[in-house]
Amino acid sequence: MVLAYTLLLFLLCSGLFYLGSDYSSTLVSLLHVILLIVPLICIMFGTIHFYNSREFIEMLLAQPVDRNSIYFGEYLGLAGSLVMALFIGLGIPILLWQPTEAALYLLVVGLMLTFIFSALAFLTSVRSVDKAKGIGSALLLWFYFAVLFDGVVLLILHYYSDYPLEELVLVLTSLNPIDIGRVLILLKLDTSALMGYTGALYQKFFGTGFGQVFSMSVLLIWIVIPLFRARKIFSKKDL
Amino acid sequence: MIKIENLNKSFGKLDVLKNINLNFDAAEVICLIGPNGSGKTTLIKCLLGLVLPDSGKVFVKGESVLGTWAYRKDFGYMPQIGRFPEQMKIQQVFQMMKDLRGGTGMIDEELVDSFSLGGMMEKRMGYLSGGTRQKVSAALAYLFNPEILILDEPTAGLDPISSERLKSKVLKEKQHGKLTLITSHNMTEVEELADKVIFIVDGSIQLNKTVDEIKKDTNESRLGKALAIMMEGQSIV
Repeated sequence: MVLAYTLLLFLLCSGLFYLGSDYSSTLVSLLHVILLIVPLICIMFGTIHFYNSREFIEMLLAQPVDRNSIYFGEYLGLAGSLVMALFIGLGIPILLWQPTEAALYLLVVGLMLTFIFSALAFLTSVRSVDKAKGIGSALLLWFYFAVLFDGVVLLILHYYSDYPLEELVLVLTSLNPIDIGRVLILLKLDTSALMGYTGALYQKFFGTGFGQVFSMSVLLIWIVIPLFRARKIFSKKDL
Repeated sequence: MIKIENLNKSFGKLDVLKNINLNFDAAEVICLIGPNGSGKTTLIKCLLGLVLPDSGKVFVKGESVLGTWAYRKDFGYMPQIGRFPEQMKIQQVFQMMKDLRGGTGMIDEELVDSFSLGGMMEKRMGYLSGGTRQKVSAALAYLFNPEILILDEPTAGLDPISSERLKSKVLKEKQHGKLTLITSHNMTEVEELADKVIFIVDGSIQLNKTVDEIKKDTNESRLGKALAIMMEGQSIV
């Protein structure tokens, strides 16, 4: 399963590089694909993995081991293998073609998203006992972050376009890790000039050193909160 | 060796365990019986810390163990369904458990031999039959020579010969002072093994007596019949 994911990333990435004429636009296409696929695979694979290893986790918990170690062991095992897949599937083609700063950012964002969506996968899995419900809500969560959220943001921007929205836009962006990733990478590309007023705003904020640190911290928070929330539920869960 | 005080557990509105008080000593085989869904497995899981009770206390060797984990080194557990990652070889599962429990103490591989698992060590868990998986679980439970053994329906999927071997292992370890807790639906098995029988219905203990007492009270020589008479008596009351 993880191997198939590696292969998929590898083929996608090298295919896009191979077929694309212009490096920058190839990277944008790659960016959109990565921002959709990485979260989807991580959250789905994580949830399915968690439900499938239920009896095994139960067996491990009957041994003289702390629940926390089992929990973090499971998480690192899952996220670690997905990160490996990402580094091989995405990292190698990038290195082979043209390792620009933007491409490396893409790799870093992919890495962060892997950790974030693996944590979210654990959160959805520990919350419900029912496998179908758990996988369903994981899928919904992905759909919300990848598709629905942008729609809502656009709607807000459209209806309140008469008001100054700069700060609101920044706050809204922080509420979705996929969006933060997107902005971070787009700013490293020439295409950000095409983003108009918002692009200029993003450039002013995320382009600075503070903005970079800020967005990386927000991504870190996106890992920590679901991970520890899930740990808390897991430590009291009946198996 | 194990003491349970006022244990309560509910899943949502369903009260699975109601005010359970029990006491188990070393060198005993205790059989938990009761209809499906009566709370046998939940009780076992409370002892292992897999299910956290709403109230009450569990003492192992005189120490309260709720929320701790180190005490489980004295436990060997064979679950109803033992499942391991499918691509793991039997030998890797054993190695992993050995790494997990640390190298100290005696390793008891008697069941590995009597189930002839030795020749299958390179097989992957996913390709094993249900019975063979049961054998692996049983062998793992005994592997670390624990003082307390908890077997959840151990013979349900085993062939007659393997069941006999497991049963003789249970009795042999009793001679060595081990405490064994077994859930079972098989009355002949209970009669062969049990010193004490605990009968649970709807999360309450209806009966906690030695096999001899049960037979004496009902004037029956067969345990199954004797229990049936007792249960009828209970339901009239």
